[in-house]
Amino acid sequence: MAEKPVAEQAGVAAPDPVAEILAALSEQYPDAVQADTRKGYSGIVVRPEKLVEVATALRDQLGYDYLSSATAVDYLGKGDHLEMVYHVYRIRQGGPALVFKALTPRVSATLPSLISVWPGADLQEREAYDLMGIRFEGHPNLKRILLWEGFNGHPLRKDWKEAYYEQDQKPFDSRWPGGKVHRAEENNPYGRNVSYPDDFTLEGYTPPDENSIYAGLGMGVSMQELASPGLETERLIVNLGPHHPSTHGVFRMIVTLNGETIESLEPVMGYLHRNHEKIGERNTFIQNMPFTDRLDYISSMSNNFGYAMAVEKLLALGARYQPPPYRAEVIRVLMAEFTRVVNHLWAIGFLLNDLGAFFTPALYAIGERELILDFFEATAGSRLMCNYMRFGGVFKDLPERIQGIPLLTNDRVRNEPTMDFLDSLINERLPRAVDELDRYLTKSEIMITRCEGVGVLPPEMAIAYSTAGPVLRASGVPYDIRRSDPYSIYPELDFDVAVRYNGDIYDRYLIRLDEIRQSIRILKQLLPRLRETEGQPIISGTKAYSPRVPEGEAYGRVENPKGELGFYVISDGGQNAWRYHVRAPSYINLTALSEMCKGHKIADVVAVLGSIDIVLGETDR
Amino acid sequence: MTHDDRGLKGLNNPDYPIPEELQSTIAVTSLDRIYNWTRAKSMWPLLFGLACCAIEMIATAASRYDLSRFGMEVMRASPRQADLLIVSGTVTKKMIVPIVRIYNQMPEPKYVLAMGACASGGGPFKEGYNVVSGIDTFIPVDVYVPGCPPTPQALMHGFLTLQKKIESQSLRTVPWYRSGESEAIPVPILGPDIIDPRQADLIRRHAEQAAASRDTTTPAPTEA
Repeated sequence: MAEKPVAEQAGVAAPDPVAEILAALSEQYPDAVQADTRKGYSGIVVRPEKLVEVATALRDQLGYDYLSSATAVDYLGKGDHLEMVYHVYRIRQGGPALVFKALTPRVSATLPSLISVWPGADLQEREAYDLMGIRFEGHPNLKRILLWEGFNGHPLRKDWKEAYYEQDQKPFDSRWPGGKVHRAEENNPYGRNVSYPDDFTLEGYTPPDENSIYAGLGMGVSMQELASPGLETERLIVNLGPHHPSTHGVFRMIVTLNGETIESLEPVMGYLHRNHEKIGERNTFIQNMPFTDRLDYISSMSNNFGYAMAVEKLLALGARYQPPPYRAEVIRVLMAEFTRVVNHLWAIGFLLNDLGAFFTPALYAIGERELILDFFEATAGSRLMCNYMRFGGVFKDLPERIQGIPLLTNDRVRNEPTMDFLDSLINERLPRAVDELDRYLTKSEIMITRCEGVGVLPPEMAIAYSTAGPVLRASGVPYDIRRSDPYSIYPELDFDVAVRYNGDIYDRYLIRLDEIRQSIRILKQLLPRLRETEGQPIISGTKAYSPRVPEGEAYGRVENPKGELGFYVISDGGQNAWRYHVRAPSYINLTALSEMCKGHKIADVVAVLGSIDIVLGETDR
Repeated sequence: MTHDDRGLKGLNNPDYPIPEELQSTIAVTSLDRIYNWTRAKSMWPLLFGLACCAIEMIATAASRYDLSRFGMEVMRASPRQADLLIVSGTVTKKMIVPIVRIYNQMPEPKYVLAMGACASGGGPFKEGYNVVSGIDTFIPVDVYVPGCPPTPQALMHGFLTLQKKIESQSLRTVPWYRSGESEAIPVPILGPDIIDPRQADLIRRHAEQAAASRDTTTPAPTEA
């Protein structure tokens, strides 16, 4: 955390960017904008009627060309309105976010869609419609995205209660401090996690059939026309997923083909929608940490990092906040960079899977991953779901020794000091593994023919569609949060922002190799820092299970392996978050999928999807 | 499992002595035993990943843990060719519909392994509105593997447990050789919430009760 205590910040007479922007905007739109003056909040509140105009001015005149996050908040009992919160950035200059908000009443909530200004608002507005029930005027395809059509209500509204509802926040009185346990099923009349509206009758209900789903996709294809016998056409609709070996989980795509060429593609998701945000608003702040592991389940460590940073930003609004100690930051960056290596090795292996080289390249790619997972397990106690970071540091120091798993036929049993293990891993084994992949794959004829010039995403489109991470950087946009809006100890580390310029699948593969190499470069610089700080504290303050989080909002974002992972957290001073939103890179990167696939062959779809590198835990949350 | 169990010797019935020199070529055994032996040692799982657990499932199949030692590495992408459904992750209400369809499409004999806390009982996401509290509320499960996610070792233990279960079955009692067709599991419906057709009567009763209590407690329905 580069976050300084508030007292220190106040001493610096830096110009307030929000005030500057507000001054510029209020000249043009005197009645439409005002500062958000609530305690702990910042940014600009825009009148809905002028939202599109103000947004256009922000983009064209003030240079905020990148819409990072758009999400809705329900202020039931605190003003009784819904609020749409937008975080925008300047891609070229970097720097912090500009936050602007638009308010709408809870009954028949409507706001203008910003899809014409930032096409990247597409999926995020649909999510806000699905979960919060805000209608966006001018959105071409406004329908539910994570849940199904016909679902009862909008679950993220504060007055919406799930089937197993007990109380608004944890710990529940029925369980704590009495320590009693009961099965939620026993309290549910159906013995399942279901509830039906009071006036629901099975007789009067006709479920939507598949035909209506396809017809409702808004792809400009008439199902009747396709089905009519006399018409000579080679157009057809192909459904991929949710059970399909190449969709990296339970993702679904509905593709309209003309011959073998893709005319349009519609992503259908929500098959792994696990209600992360609803559960996150019931949980206390610290209880959310293990849930963040399960967002992008290949990179649990860096998910922890992002969430810890967001809550630390909130804590910094209070008086008694101490930033994490130096050793904690070193360990956090160590974990985050290891995670990046793991993730990119995985992504490369499974991109090859998608190209048809089934599993053998993946075996090579994820071989070295096991060593890193051993290190995670020895440190945090778990291979995959590490739950390692805490507000103000990490929960445990590195172990003294690393031991391998006994009784594995294909494995050498290791038992060596941690620093020796890290030395050989970072200096020898990982570089060798990357070089090996590079040697086998990069010049491969199949790789080149399948990937070069396929799925091209031009830089201006990559920015407009809010793509992030390797997808954005492979399109020639050198935007990396570690450099553009630095956090933790990244400013003192020496590394380059990897960038490639063609924006095709091949470049998205190459940039992952580049990024692994840069990560190894960072890891090498961390080794002496780890040695110097040995024995120093790893967490600041007391290990409080329930930190007092001051009122306010915060947006913490990290450069996750898959792109910008942001946590938008609102605290009302209580034990749990009032609003907890995850800006998931996998989800928002998919906004551009349709554009990338158009005009290519059906076989290229899986390769393009593989090159975006999505993980469904994060996409659907 | 000892080495002998896996070879031909494991099939032998100890009541019928076979000369030492013929033990690797001849086995005297029962039909049940050879039938189960062949099935247990060549399970074909469905290539089907749901969530986090799928990552550990892939790690189990990769070189370090090497699933092929147990004859289970041939993962098929089509349910028609698979006889083991590994439910590897959180089952959402939206996903249970395709999962039941996939299960119905698998030919018998078929087995289900619930991998991890979510598939076994809802797991950490159980309290959410879109998560099924365990896959066994819809389809029968043979083996549960605890963990969040289970380690590859735990998953392998689950496979071995399944092999033991298969080896204890008998041709006379297994359901798939009974006369008549086996019944498919009714596919759930996505309504205002997920609707299991098997619960239709229960849902109807509750709706009637709710309607009755509405009539008595609130005479004027306009009052919100």
